[in-house]
Amino acid sequence: MSRTVESMPIAVVCADVRPRTDPAAAGLLAAAHQLGITMATSVNRSRLIFLRCVLTDDDRSVLARRLLADELCDDVSWDRTEAIQGGHVIEVVLRAGVTDPLAAAVRRGALGLGYGLDDVATGWRFEVGGNLDSDDIDRLTRRLLANDVVERACVGLAEPQWTTDAVPASGECQTVAIVGLAPDELMAVGRERRLSLDPAELTAIQKHFEALERDPTDVELEALAQTWSEHCNHKTFRAALRWDDGQTVPSLLAQLRAVTDTLNKPWVHSAFVDNAGIVAFDDYIDVAIKAETHNHPSAIEPFGGANTGVGGVIRDVVGVSAQPIALTDILCFGPGDLPVDELPAGVLHPTRIRDGVIAGVADYGNKIGVPTVSGAIIHDPGFVANPLVFCGAIGVLPVGSYRTGANVGDRVVVIGGRTGRDGIRGATFSSMAMDATTGEVAGASVQIGDPVVEQAVIEVVIAARDAELYTAITDCGAGGLSSAVGEMADGVGARVELDLVPLKYAGLEPWEVWLSEAQERMVLAVPAANVSELEGLCQRFEVDIADIGEFTGDGHLVVDKSGTSVLDLDTAFLHGGCPRRTLVATRPTPAAAVPTAARVVDDSATTLLALLAHPSMRSNLDVVRGYDHEILGGSVVRPYGGAADDGPRDAAVVRPLGADPSKSQAIALGIGVNVRYGRFDCRRMAEAVVDEAIRNVVAVGADPDRVALLDNFSWGDVSDPAILGQLIEAVGGCSAAALAHGAPYVSGKDSLNNAFVDSNGVRQSIPPTLVIHALGVVPDLMRSCTSDLKQVGDVVVFVGSTQDELVGSHLDAVLGIDGPGGVPGLDPDAPHRYRSLHRLISQGYVTACHDLSEGGLAVAAAEMAIAGRLGLELDVGKGDEVVELFSESTGRFLVTCRPDDAHRFAEIGRPLGVVTLEPLVRIGSVSVTIDALVHAWAGHIS
Amino acid sequence: MKPAAAILAAPGTNRHNDVAAAFQLAGATTTVVHLAELRAQPAIIGTAQILVVAGGFSFADATGSGRLFALELADILGDGINHHVAGGRPVIGICNGFQALMRLGILVGDEPANLAHNASGQFVCRWVELAPNPTSVCVWTRTLREPIACPVAHGEGRFLANDVTLASLRANGQIALAYTGVNPNGSVDNIAGICDPTGLVLGLMPHPENHIFPYQHPRFSRGESGGTGLALFEAGVNFAQDT
Repeated sequence: MSRTVESMPIAVVCADVRPRTDPAAAGLLAAAHQLGITMATSVNRSRLIFLRCVLTDDDRSVLARRLLADELCDDVSWDRTEAIQGGHVIEVVLRAGVTDPLAAAVRRGALGLGYGLDDVATGWRFEVGGNLDSDDIDRLTRRLLANDVVERACVGLAEPQWTTDAVPASGECQTVAIVGLAPDELMAVGRERRLSLDPAELTAIQKHFEALERDPTDVELEALAQTWSEHCNHKTFRAALRWDDGQTVPSLLAQLRAVTDTLNKPWVHSAFVDNAGIVAFDDYIDVAIKAETHNHPSAIEPFGGANTGVGGVIRDVVGVSAQPIALTDILCFGPGDLPVDELPAGVLHPTRIRDGVIAGVADYGNKIGVPTVSGAIIHDPGFVANPLVFCGAIGVLPVGSYRTGANVGDRVVVIGGRTGRDGIRGATFSSMAMDATTGEVAGASVQIGDPVVEQAVIEVVIAARDAELYTAITDCGAGGLSSAVGEMADGVGARVELDLVPLKYAGLEPWEVWLSEAQERMVLAVPAANVSELEGLCQRFEVDIADIGEFTGDGHLVVDKSGTSVLDLDTAFLHGGCPRRTLVATRPTPAAAVPTAARVVDDSATTLLALLAHPSMRSNLDVVRGYDHEILGGSVVRPYGGAADDGPRDAAVVRPLGADPSKSQAIALGIGVNVRYGRFDCRRMAEAVVDEAIRNVVAVGADPDRVALLDNFSWGDVSDPAILGQLIEAVGGCSAAALAHGAPYVSGKDSLNNAFVDSNGVRQSIPPTLVIHALGVVPDLMRSCTSDLKQVGDVVVFVGSTQDELVGSHLDAVLGIDGPGGVPGLDPDAPHRYRSLHRLISQGYVTACHDLSEGGLAVAAAEMAIAGRLGLELDVGKGDEVVELFSESTGRFLVTCRPDDAHRFAEIGRPLGVVTLEPLVRIGSVSVTIDALVHAWAGHIS
Repeated sequence: MKPAAAILAAPGTNRHNDVAAAFQLAGATTTVVHLAELRAQPAIIGTAQILVVAGGFSFADATGSGRLFALELADILGDGINHHVAGGRPVIGICNGFQALMRLGILVGDEPANLAHNASGQFVCRWVELAPNPTSVCVWTRTLREPIACPVAHGEGRFLANDVTLASLRANGQIALAYTGVNPNGSVDNIAGICDPTGLVLGLMPHPENHIFPYQHPRFSRGESGGTGLALFEAGVNFAQDT
């Protein structure tokens, strides 16, 4: 006998909100055609908003008019059709658990109108005109309309995934049997759980639990794997190193720290120990700086990956109690014109990655209200399967407001977003190579950001900082609460109750709650007496807060679930138990890499135009205008500027919030990056990149004696001894160049194993990529210097010295060869030269200044002319014109000055010519109109 | 006694501190009032001579820019803003604040007009030049004689209205600011800012609060004078002081 009991019918309606003119429609159609789906005649998009609630027709019309749609711009339909005449319907909904700020806003707005909705979900509906076959529809859906990692697409009508339908969790932790396992069995457990730990590390864990006479829980094992991941623990940078000839090498981290220790600058307040580096600025404020990578998440979900990359690095500076005031982004993609059929399986097209990443960066920065002031976009075939997304953040904090130590008895308080199943195992995912299936199995590693929540969190933290409500703070980044509470509890100990962690939805097992990388959360150590005042602040800014435990003082990290311990680890083992690796590297032989193809330049003018139009060198003004670079009112030198607001700048100059109002000091922020030199010589590449970053800030007026550096390495598969050898060489170059310039490192980060296993099983590593941020101080912002030519008759002075250094040059990129010569490295005279130039800039003798980098003298001169819309007439002497025009030797600038002041530059440079009214750039045999330069620099080849 | 400006902020509002700095420099005292505080104490706005709806991405622009902000303001304040205006006190809404004022129906009433997605379909941040309309009734701009240079930073700033509405805006002197040179969003008649029929309430897309110091001008190193955004705030503060 069976009789089903019918539950109450659940009413679901869906508003299909269609813009009468959708500005995105044309772009979608063009993108479809680019995919080769030429039969598509139109792609129309509308918003789907699913409401779970019993609603009358009147209710619907009120909701449509007042909340869901704009009467003038949108049409709303409550009856979607499964198919349309002469076309196809594809609907896309978010997967369960993916952050959905729109749904949250609709729920809140409806409540304000008096409608309590049981649940809200959102999606997109696409109506594609034209007769497409199922293969076309499949390709269009996968490649353009939906991302399988976070969305579910179907032909016809989609059903939403309700968060309220989440299956309740068991709430129990599992014991994982590892004690007594044979080594191969132990490794099998590691692989099965995707722990990314090597045999020595797993054995250390096994021994630890053998001594405790018990097996670990899944929570403990996951927490250890995360804490010991390459991403969090920097095992390669801490490893004992040895060349294959037996010579030992200091660890990479020790080498970089030695630079800072040796230089011993009194203005460095915190280096390498916290979420961000901190340097002095003036008597009022200090400046914090940090840069991060978000490479793997951006590869599989470009928008969300880049979005949360920005959110994460912002939290890093908030994690040292600083208010974020500026952002940077350095992006590396595959070639935009890569034929679709050359794309490796499981990889998104570079254009889609680029568009998604740029939209993700813009979305987060613009919404959170922090200006994006500097960056770079690089295209290289080495980044097709593994794009790079570097995000940097600068913050300010009042002198003396930095706090680091939780006291025994302080409460463990979480503020910000709720915890969901987003970003599970992100730290271990970031530390692995990817393959064609990565998008499927690591989908849960991707987080979607909610900048509005993070902005409110920042407001709370800054107010709480000023009211001295907490003793320590850290952000929830990779590894989530496990990492944040684990770090804060180091040496102190803490006890946390998981039941008190606010969740987005039911269904999370204990290890998932503890490891979730849900965004926009901070952990604070708060004296019990201050908790209610902090709660008041949270109420003001509408931020969730939860008091989840206590710092205990017994040195143990204990996590309870409903009163039962699911994790009990000695923090000494958690943070110090990971065995140090010993790695052996193969010493690179630069001679073997020296190329031999002949370098022939037929027409220097055409070559100059091709250089300006190169995808890695052309103007990114169109991208930059999508980023708010004005908010907070601090921008002095922006990414582009000059007579027509479109000339390039060497570095950003920002007047920081809270600076001493009686002075006019500003921050300069420069970036060095080169992905081409490292193929030939990683040591010289690193020297060149460090020099470029410093050169950039010096060019805008920063004092070379007050420059702090930040290193970010994105490297390939370092288990390959040759690639590890390149990394060692690069760190050596970084150290040498920084020491020579007297610029200490204050923070750094490495992203290793950026490799992709292609469909033939071959591991493809990215080109060795080093990004250096230089943070300088401009003594007087009114003397900050820009690249645009300003006055006809000004003398153009060349500063520096040119060598035959065209290996890895952009000239060779344009010519499509690898020609002979040297790789640019450090010019030993540069540090002294920069100080002399700085004196002249500070004294007001420099009317324009531009550094020479990719494309050499010819490109720098052209860019100055573009920026000032004035001509130049330069004599490059009798040397090899190709070298004079296009060599990329470091340490060089072009500056202009009034004719009367030209003699002041005799020590560091020589006059090359003058600024002319005639809109022509004449250098050696080159003569090109400014119009032609402007056209090329906008990316047009002819 | 300095006039007090109450700056209203919703979750996602992000230029409240910028506009506060501008009002302080112009001679007002400022208080940022977040929606949760306003809900707890709606009377707070009664003590302000100037009401400011600040820019940003309130509620992340969900279901349209400014919409949820406007719904909540209407829910909390009822006709409180109209009451403020009836008392002869000025109001300004910048960018997202302009969008919220449009949704509230304060600027053009129920006439068909709105701020649509930019013609380019893209968010745009760039500097623009604004001409104050000397024949406008707007208390914030009618005394200004110099053009204003300042940035825009928005994705939904295209002012659209039908011919009847436009004619009535013109006839009533409600067009306060127009773009000269670059029109960044495709607004009809290059309209950058409009006021209500009383001239007390100004809504504008650009951000004069980001150009209150000379060095903020992108071409200051080329000798172009700067700080021209400040005059607009000074005009509003002076008006509030005199009434």
